[in-house]
Amino acid sequence: MDGFGSDFSSGAGSGKMDTGTIMEQVKVQIAVANAQELLQRMTDKCFKKCIGKPGGSLDNAEQKCVAMCMDRYMDAWNTVSRAYNSRLQRERARI
Amino acid sequence: MENQGATADPQLQQFIEVESQKQRFQQLVHQMTEVCWEKCMDKPGPKLDSRTEVCFVNCVERFIDTSQFILNRLEQTQRTRGTFSESMSE
Repeated sequence: MDGFGSDFSSGAGSGKMDTGTIMEQVKVQIAVANAQELLQRMTDKCFKKCIGKPGGSLDNAEQKCVAMCMDRYMDAWNTVSRAYNSRLQRERARI
Repeated sequence: MENQGATADPQLQQFIEVESQKQRFQQLVHQMTEVCWEKCMDKPGPKLDSRTEVCFVNCVERFIDTSQFILNRLEQTQRTRGTFSESMSE
């Protein structure tokens, strides 16, 4: 069982990276992955809500709807995050 | 475990543990937002009205309840009916 940790710290051949650099890079990658996830789901949901029959262009009404939908999706995301967090707090307090 | 602690950077290990947990949280938020959006969202308006917000909060609570209920019930059926694979093949 010496795969994961030792792979990181030995870095055979490619030169040793210090822990701080690794942590920074991982954080950036996580942030990018989360932004992509949000973008993808948001596009999906707002396309579904706002574009009925795809026409020759993204018309004014559709653009307005998508803009509003994006804001509401962010609101929803934050509401869900808060609700989940308070649920976790309550469950931790019960134990 | 001890062996790993001797080779891996403890600071890095701690970091990965914390980040993994944060990531599991975020992932579930993404998932629940998507599910609850379908259940609660009508036409997106100029602001999130309070009725919709309550729906989202309830949706999160019930989603977690459901997940725990299913887990508990699976555990129960497993205990009373023998192993999981047996009850699945019946």
